Amino acid sequence: MSPTVAGLVQVSALLLVLVAVYVPFGNYLAHVYTSDKHWRVERALYRLVRVDPGTEQRWTVYAAGVLGFSFLSIVLLYLLQRLQPLLPFDFGRAAVEPSVAFNTAISFVTNTNWQSYVPETTLGHSVQMAGLTVQNFVSAAVGMAVAVALVRGFARSGTDRLGNFWVDLVRGTVRVLLPISFAAAILLVGLGAVMSLRAGVDVTGVDGRQSTLALAPAASQEVIKMLGTNGGGIFNANSGHPFENPNGASNLLEYLLVLVIPVSLTRAFGVMVGNPRQGHVLAAVMGVIWGSLLSVAWWAETHPNGTATLAAGAALEGKEVRLGIPSSVLFGMATTGTSTGGVDSMHDSYTGLGGGVLLLNMLLGEVTPGGVGTGLYNILVLAVIAVFLAGLMVGRTPEYLGKKLGRVQITAAAIAILAMPAVVLLGAGAALAQPGELDAALNNDGPHGLSEVLYAYASTANNNGSAFAGLTVTSDFFQSTLGLAMLFGRFVPILAVLALAGSLAAQKRVEPGVGSLPTHGPMFGVLVGGTVVLVAALTFFPALALGPIAEALK
Amino acid sequence: MLSLLTRQAAAAVRVLILLTLVLGVAYPLAVWGVSRIPGLHHRAEGSVLTVDGRPAGSSLIGIDPVPADPAADPFFHTRPSATAEDPLGIGPADPSVSGGSNKGGFSETLLGAVEQRRALIAAREGVDAARVPADAVTASASGLDPNISPAYAALQVPRVARVTGLSEADVARLVAQHTDGRPLGFLGEPGVNVPELNLAVHAAASMMRP
Repeated sequence: MSPTVAGLVQVSALLLVLVAVYVPFGNYLAHVYTSDKHWRVERALYRLVRVDPGTEQRWTVYAAGVLGFSFLSIVLLYLLQRLQPLLPFDFGRAAVEPSVAFNTAISFVTNTNWQSYVPETTLGHSVQMAGLTVQNFVSAAVGMAVAVALVRGFARSGTDRLGNFWVDLVRGTVRVLLPISFAAAILLVGLGAVMSLRAGVDVTGVDGRQSTLALAPAASQEVIKMLGTNGGGIFNANSGHPFENPNGASNLLEYLLVLVIPVSLTRAFGVMVGNPRQGHVLAAVMGVIWGSLLSVAWWAETHPNGTATLAAGAALEGKEVRLGIPSSVLFGMATTGTSTGGVDSMHDSYTGLGGGVLLLNMLLGEVTPGGVGTGLYNILVLAVIAVFLAGLMVGRTPEYLGKKLGRVQITAAAIAILAMPAVVLLGAGAALAQPGELDAALNNDGPHGLSEVLYAYASTANNNGSAFAGLTVTSDFFQSTLGLAMLFGRFVPILAVLALAGSLAAQKRVEPGVGSLPTHGPMFGVLVGGTVVLVAALTFFPALALGPIAEALK
Repeated sequence: MLSLLTRQAAAAVRVLILLTLVLGVAYPLAVWGVSRIPGLHHRAEGSVLTVDGRPAGSSLIGIDPVPADPAADPFFHTRPSATAEDPLGIGPADPSVSGGSNKGGFSETLLGAVEQRRALIAAREGVDAARVPADAVTASASGLDPNISPAYAALQVPRVARVTGLSEADVARLVAQHTDGRPLGFLGEPGVNVPELNLAVHAAASMMRP
């Protein structure tokens, strides 16, 4: 079987699995967030933390919960890293430097998982498990909670209550993330991933030379790294490392874990607003854009134009033999489309066009299909904008799912949409204005160097976390600006989305009239897809032209 | 407003501590516990290969072996590694870290490295430079790629046979035995497992000698 045919079979298998789980798993997700019944273990948890699960919250209280929980998570994660020598399983690794600890704490709490450190030599197993693994779970559960709060804003009528943040957080963790992670972790060990509490194993090679292979509790973190669209590897090479991703089968499992929740959440949304077709059209938009970008990236990686790549004969720099080009491109498309920073191949070494597509996949605002929860609320905000634009064109009051979109709603949606581009362009602009910083940081020059900087701010502002990893980001300038990019990229949209949810829930639902725009058909899909592409194209075309597009046309 | 924040923050502290115990201690230790069962244990601890009971490497980690005498090199070689000390990436990788070169396709440094690697490998195998495949002259993502393409393995068979004294057919048979196909027939790409292959060649060669 040729690599292309095998790759096409793999794409079909991916589609088959996603289609098969879409309805049952989407329905289950809707049930998780709408059921009145608490599991016994959940009731015990609520008693222990003294939270009344029966109390519903206004959007302001819900937002205070999100912010308070995230802020304290940052503090705890910072302290764990700074106090590393006092913890077990530290293997003599020192306290993490303040600037690295600051950046890493923000990075994992915001579901970005940008990594400015070498995990094997920086972090012991205690910080990995009690610090990073925990945030891999809860940052994902927070994303789902915010998305569900927005869906309730559409689904409810004439109330100021959006649900209880603590209940949503606990249910997302206990009913969705934890059971899937546990089962997938065992499966991943079966496929060859390591799950060890030792620091490493000393071996004497066939040539008599001694070396130490780094080990780690990888499998348990790897699965939630993917399922929660986090992306921070327990090894520096991330999913390129054979201990994290031993073969083509584990590769498929990992990017399936990435896609399953974001895709199925569109179904949960449709079910919760009483019409599954409303969700299907969003899933279709995500799928069509993703599929188109996939084919461009795949073509680019199999038709390289770089002088070094042509001299080598194929675009295999930064790719593993056991995975090859199609599997690597599929993985890269799944992770850049979902705000998962995981990589199984080095994006910095992709062709100009291939790397540019991965960058664009993030710059679309992480909606193809986006991170767990974040993807759903981002595309719903874009749908609101699309309805508004359509309303402007024909001159009628825009409404979506029976809710009128007035000044308050459009303002909130606009803030949510514009936060990311503002952070990307201001951040990258500030970095480019610092020649001293750039000289020290860039690994490539010319257009590819510009792409490295643009990719860094796109990745952090979108809470993706993958990198054109040649860029050295350890200076205080990069640590702090990239840290702030992650904070603003995460919490400005979350606050805007929760405000939007509050204002929508307060409205009484209006029945659709003859003048209402139907929002469940192909026409609306084209409108939303057009909005996604238009917003990104208008904002980022100049920057992309100087970076990846210039390199692709060389 | 302030009391609202304080109340939520107090709840946040309690939830965070509890979830840290459940997700950060109980969950990874439970997965670790299950991974102790036979069949999983070997993989969980790094798929370590042993020779006479001593750890001799891992099936999953490629570290390029160094011949005692470069003129009589009995080893199959892995791909170049960005973690190797040598700037060309030829020579043993450092398995306590991992990573790629992150060089772009138009990088002059990468172009130079590719050309030098091609010349070195062609000279080592005594073949025309055009026959050296792409994976042999590019560094992997991890720097620890245990696999090479079947083409790169085939290129090394005559030299390994000559130096070890095994017949080319025997060496080619060992290569075939240690070639992993695509899982399920369509996932990933076929590759030859270098750490396992070198141990097998070494064992076969030792058996031949009296």
